[in-house]
Amino acid sequence: MDILTHKQTAISDEKNEIGKSCYHCGDYCQDDSIKLDEKIFCCNGCKTVYEILSANKLFEYYSLEKNPGIKKNEKIKRNYEFLEDLELKNRLIDFTDGTITSITLNIPEMHCSSCIWILENLYRLNNGIINSRVNFLQKTLNIYFNETSTSIKEIFELLASIGYEPALNLGQKEEQFSKLSYKTLYFKIGIAGFCFGNVMLLSFPEYLSIGTNELPEMKKIFAYINILLAVPVFFYSASDYFSSAWKGLKKKIINIDVPIALGILVLFLRSLAEIIFSIGPGYIDSLTGLVFFLLIGRLFQNKTYDTLNFERNYKSYFPISITIKEGNSEKTIPVEKISVGNRIVIRNDEIIPADSILIKGRANIDYSFVTGESIPVEKKNGDVIYAGGKQIGEAVEVETIKDVSQSYLTQLWNDEAFQKTEESRIVSLANSISKYFTIIILSIAGAGAAFWFSIDSHIAFNVFTAVLIVACPCALALSTPFTLGNTLRIFGKNKFYLKNTHVIEKLAAITAIVFDKTGTITENSLSEVNFDNAFLNDEEKILLKSAVRNSSHPLSKSIYRSLLEFSIHKTNSFEETPGKGIFASINNFTIKIGNNNFVNEKLIIDDEGNTKVYISINNDPKGYLLISNKYRTGLKQIIEKLKRVYQLALLSGDSEGEKQKLRNIFGDESNLYFKQSPHDKLNFIKTLQVKGKRVLMLGDGLNDAGALKQSDVGISISDNVNNFSPACDGILDSKMFHRLNDFISFAIKSKKIIITSFIISFIYNIFGIIYAVTGTLTPIVAAILMPLSSISVVLFTSFSTNFVAKKEKLL
Amino acid sequence: MSVIFVLIGASLAIAVGFLIAYIWAVKSGQYDDKYTPSIRILFDNQKKQNETESKSDLNNKQGAA
Repeated sequence: MDILTHKQTAISDEKNEIGKSCYHCGDYCQDDSIKLDEKIFCCNGCKTVYEILSANKLFEYYSLEKNPGIKKNEKIKRNYEFLEDLELKNRLIDFTDGTITSITLNIPEMHCSSCIWILENLYRLNNGIINSRVNFLQKTLNIYFNETSTSIKEIFELLASIGYEPALNLGQKEEQFSKLSYKTLYFKIGIAGFCFGNVMLLSFPEYLSIGTNELPEMKKIFAYINILLAVPVFFYSASDYFSSAWKGLKKKIINIDVPIALGILVLFLRSLAEIIFSIGPGYIDSLTGLVFFLLIGRLFQNKTYDTLNFERNYKSYFPISITIKEGNSEKTIPVEKISVGNRIVIRNDEIIPADSILIKGRANIDYSFVTGESIPVEKKNGDVIYAGGKQIGEAVEVETIKDVSQSYLTQLWNDEAFQKTEESRIVSLANSISKYFTIIILSIAGAGAAFWFSIDSHIAFNVFTAVLIVACPCALALSTPFTLGNTLRIFGKNKFYLKNTHVIEKLAAITAIVFDKTGTITENSLSEVNFDNAFLNDEEKILLKSAVRNSSHPLSKSIYRSLLEFSIHKTNSFEETPGKGIFASINNFTIKIGNNNFVNEKLIIDDEGNTKVYISINNDPKGYLLISNKYRTGLKQIIEKLKRVYQLALLSGDSEGEKQKLRNIFGDESNLYFKQSPHDKLNFIKTLQVKGKRVLMLGDGLNDAGALKQSDVGISISDNVNNFSPACDGILDSKMFHRLNDFISFAIKSKKIIITSFIISFIYNIFGIIYAVTGTLTPIVAAILMPLSSISVVLFTSFSTNFVAKKEKLL
Repeated sequence: MSVIFVLIGASLAIAVGFLIAYIWAVKSGQYDDKYTPSIRILFDNQKKQNETESKSDLNNKQGAA
């Protein structure tokens, strides 16, 4: 049993647990009752996957990585019938010729080389699959299959059965678009690099004055080849700078691309004139080099986290299909086709797609998507159930009273915060400087030209163009992408993922921080269980642990976790009433655990808002357990630090039960707001912004979506970064929450590094301009000065960001 | 000295050849995914043969183990 002993060391969420870990997923196994081939599994789901894989002799899956599997949620059994719907099918298919079809699926669960291996060996599980290819970074799987022997539905079922359930998002077209623009950038860099290299080669005789006197015609031919090489660079590789500058000018904004475009244009035209009129060799080498370096900078800035989705709308929270009841027959339809008055069947663990009224059955709704609160709420017939809740327990029937898009929560998406396009209120540093920069450069060029005009009009023209050429802010334009690109990478290493580099500049400029409570400053999975009011001896605690072990209710799980050191008895009978509690008989005892009126015949008066779980053993009341949220580690220290610099506020959807506790942390009651609806949160951010505050919002759920979108920087906190997170500018792994202030201060320092590198590039510019206004800017000076300034600025920013990150212990 | 023009022409032609190769590589998607191939190459080469062949192959492996 060697294998098993070293599997014990596998990662497990629960700390300090000594036990056996599941052969499939590596999770802690409560006991070794689920066994096959001498391997232990934590649940039947994992065992089933193992059975499927071993039946097909896919053992390599387990040999590539330890415990590679994904814990399956046994309860969710999705119905993929709707994939027979032709319209939906066509949206998924990349292309088909009637028999061979290709689809690209998004598999969020893939995480290791075993995953790649199994997904690329799908053809061994289904004969109809011809070929499957993984793109690990984008977490996509491309499948070619034969329509005659399998179907999309079967492929989905196969993937779901081995734990790799595809995520369906129907907004895939945009993704393909971004891929295309990425390719274009590669083309542009390739061409610019090619031309740059060859131009340098052809310019060497000029630099070194070799052979030019002996063969004047060689000089000429080289110059013309240079022009030929400059044409694709000017018209193709540099085209983005012209279009961006033009767009800016049309809006009457002088962005950083304006002086760049001006520089490139003047470089090209003057070189053309010099060569055609045989005045000189031109500056083609500087032109191609400049464009090449600028594009490299752009590539560096374009670092994205393809696997993370920052742009979610409410649809990604909701099921893609839903079962409706018409008369006595049931039918599966795509969720967007639901209309008011439809009767919907909601099964266990399914999400309610639109505001509805409960018609039949006992509903027990988990609103954790909406409020972050994971304790289910009981609903009776005739009650309104809001969209976004998840049914736990038996199947219920509901009648929709609103459309999907008009429901309470989804209405948020109609707010103007979601309509506006990305137009930041905080102008990026480079763009705000470039306005003054351009004006100053133009006036220096004009003044220089005016001075020389009285002496020699020819020199005046040279001086004017030389200033514009040498002042082209290449180093200025490169310092921002390289600094921010590097900062983004360092954040990513610390599990803080930002949508793009602009967010760093915005993060550096914030003045107020707003926290959501549940799930943001409290831990989702962990609750503190207080035994002070429960009068239990050790034997009774064993009974309690044995009883709650059978239940998957979040409170039961919390209680179970708090009693890890106790052993377990065998349960004789067990019954769970959703929304009420548990009844179990163990040995000679009967134990009741649950809410007040389920457990106690005589109601005990409840005073506070905290969650209490009552216990009775053999009908003898044993008091209650107090279960409260556990705040994230380091919360108090981090608030302490942030309080000094920023205005803080806390928004909670809950009642004021924890006010006292929170006041101890935040220090001031006036910043704590309770019973906030999603719209209240959104409006709160708006009011702060009207007051001139730049707001950082930290949230986690669907109910924060509006506030996250409205805020200047919206960061969503997540236990698993690949899981659901609302539309946001960044995703922060909850384990790194205690470093929040380090992240903000690192963003501020990055901004300072940019400013420093601006100063360095200005110094270069001053030298260049001195050459230019005195009329002595030769091509070789330009060819040395430009790359030198760019490279030194890039080296400076890279080294200094790494240095600061090391000092802040982020690297 | 005119040989230099021939040489320049030849060097440019070769360079253009590499540029075309690069453009082809980008177009055919070699730059789309720069991570997965590095893992894929480590998998045991089990070519997709026709079904019976691969099964007998597997059985042999199984027997040996």
